[in-house]
Amino acid sequence: MTGLAFAVLLSAALAGYAMNRRAALALRNGGERLHSLGSFHGLYALLLVLVPAFVATILWIMLEGSVINALTLSGLPDGVLAGATNPQLILTEIQSIAGGRIFGTPDPWKLEAADRMASLRATSGWLLVAVIAALSAALLYVSRRQVTADFRARQAAERIVMGLMITCSLIAVFVTIGIVFSLVFESVRFFQMVPLTEFLFGTRWEPQMPIRADQVAAEGAFGVLPVFLGTLVITFVAIVIAVPVGLLSAIYLNEFASRRFRAVAKPILELLAGIPTVVYGFFAILTVAPALRAWGAALGIPVAPNTALAAGSVMAIMLIPFISSFADDALSAVPRSLRDGAIALGATRSETVLNVLFPAAIPGIMGGVLLAVSRAIGETMIVLMAAGLIAKMTINPLDSVTTITVQIVTLLIGDTAFDSPKTLAAFALGLMLFIVTLFINILALRIVRKYREQYD
Amino acid sequence: MYDTNRPEAAVGQQDIKISASDVQVFYGPKQAIKDLNVEILDKTVTAFIGPSGCGKSTFLRCINRMNDTVDTARVEGRIAIDGQNIYDRGVDPVQLRAKVGMVFQKPNPFPKSIYDNVSYGPKIHGLARDKAQMDEIVETALRGAALWNEVKDRLHEPGTGLSGGQQQRLCIARAVATAPEVLLMDEPCSALDPIATSQVEELIEQLRTRFSVVIVTHSMQQAARVSQKTAFFHLGSLVEYGDTNDIFTRPRDSRTEAYISGRIG
Repeated sequence: MTGLAFAVLLSAALAGYAMNRRAALALRNGGERLHSLGSFHGLYALLLVLVPAFVATILWIMLEGSVINALTLSGLPDGVLAGATNPQLILTEIQSIAGGRIFGTPDPWKLEAADRMASLRATSGWLLVAVIAALSAALLYVSRRQVTADFRARQAAERIVMGLMITCSLIAVFVTIGIVFSLVFESVRFFQMVPLTEFLFGTRWEPQMPIRADQVAAEGAFGVLPVFLGTLVITFVAIVIAVPVGLLSAIYLNEFASRRFRAVAKPILELLAGIPTVVYGFFAILTVAPALRAWGAALGIPVAPNTALAAGSVMAIMLIPFISSFADDALSAVPRSLRDGAIALGATRSETVLNVLFPAAIPGIMGGVLLAVSRAIGETMIVLMAAGLIAKMTINPLDSVTTITVQIVTLLIGDTAFDSPKTLAAFALGLMLFIVTLFINILALRIVRKYREQYD
Repeated sequence: MYDTNRPEAAVGQQDIKISASDVQVFYGPKQAIKDLNVEILDKTVTAFIGPSGCGKSTFLRCINRMNDTVDTARVEGRIAIDGQNIYDRGVDPVQLRAKVGMVFQKPNPFPKSIYDNVSYGPKIHGLARDKAQMDEIVETALRGAALWNEVKDRLHEPGTGLSGGQQQRLCIARAVATAPEVLLMDEPCSALDPIATSQVEELIEQLRTRFSVVIVTHSMQQAARVSQKTAFFHLGSLVEYGDTNDIFTRPRDSRTEAYISGRIG
């Protein structure tokens, strides 16, 4: 039925286009001077029918379910709901019977209710088609009436299009705000149980706590510092490796490599960016971590099986193409005249890169590095596979540390009670992650924008 | 291609600084310069004129081997400065460019301070023993470019903050600071207003007393004003070369006459 409703509104819109265009052309052929072209009159009719009818259909589909549920429940015999502890369960059962999935032998009043629900659904479908058809017809009539020589169809159509664009851009904004609010609400609940100061400055992170009163478990401790420190250690390792490698490879590809080498090496480098992070995780636990352990054993240094170094260095590999493509763009954006100026003064190629191109490109490179930092902080899969689960107050990259993202995942996996601080802690961590990366991104964008067109 | 008018006969006492013989330049399969022979004098301003795409800038960029940075460019023949072929295997283009300065069409100061712009060349070539000597080099170069009085109080502000004409004189100061023997100028005034242009032209007149200046220009008035020698290029060939006065008053070749009277170009 929904498909039919869409077919009706689409054909009505197209019919409106044809009708109004023809009417406008007829006016012109009758010797009148039109304000707008015929096609704008058509477009106006098309939009005037399409947009409201489409919105009406969507609203119908969204509201249909709850209206039908309410009608079904209100039609139940008196008394059956009074005894039930949970009307929602009864409704679910009726819904599955109406959908044809019957378990056991339901009470006859349930079967009856299911029949009524099915017929309500069918009626609703036909009603939708009828409403859409009527709405389309009414809008077609309205738009047809407006076709006159003086009607500013172009402006009217432009206004509708502009309204559509505003709506679409607002959707993105509201979704972002919604995400923030959902994080904030859950975090507020968490901070009602755990004080903010303990969360921010506590040095112990032991979120496992009893779910039931009779369970034997540690009392939870929710100090975020060791988790945050672990994130910083891994991010630091990743950035320390990725920045020089990415930067130098970009400089080489941009300034020194022959065209043929560049044509081969650049796509391969960019291929790294397309590898799923899960695969990087495999690489970290199967190859890098055992190798680090073996080297450590050979040198007599104790190395944990899931070190910050392993996770960080594999994350660095993930970040290399990111940094190198930012640096490449920034170096390519330096005007050729600066390069020529330095070379004409007798600077060697590396002097040109180091003294002239690099300083000119540094804002773009810095922006790329900061974006890489915020990606490293938010990266989940690699650290989930390669980093540890226990939060330790350490900055030793050979030790096992955990990260904010890893903790969020482990807190939300398995049996979770959404009124326990253990689960709610995940949202507080998420909020913290959001705020930190948000600030880094803002900083990065400001740097990039502020210095972008300084030369030239 | 150019005829029997030997430059040394016309000027006499002045030395030949640059001498090019049978120069061919190719960009990929396309030949940009054909059989070029010319002798450029020391302490003289030589103007290269000709319609767009005639090869005058290409030849200019051969004199300091800037064409080396273009992958597809290939230079044949011999270009000698003081008798030394600059395309010999043993010649280091980096040292050559310290001796042959260049100023470009568009002012291209580095995004550094005025002082650092001028001191960059001397620094990479190790021309100054200490800070005091570097200060002196910078001041001399800026005075030489008639810019000192305008910038002496803001040497550490960015060079990109100067006006277009000041930027171009800063670029000239930057080129002069390495004490070159030849200064190549590729349409140095095309991005400048008339006042800045006349300042740069006065500067060229002073620079001539110290070294050989080669200037590419699209303005025939400019060529007539600043140069003593003029070379007319057309379709990759040197058509006519001689005293500027002669070229503009008694051109020998019909193509030169057509160009300076505005019929080709």
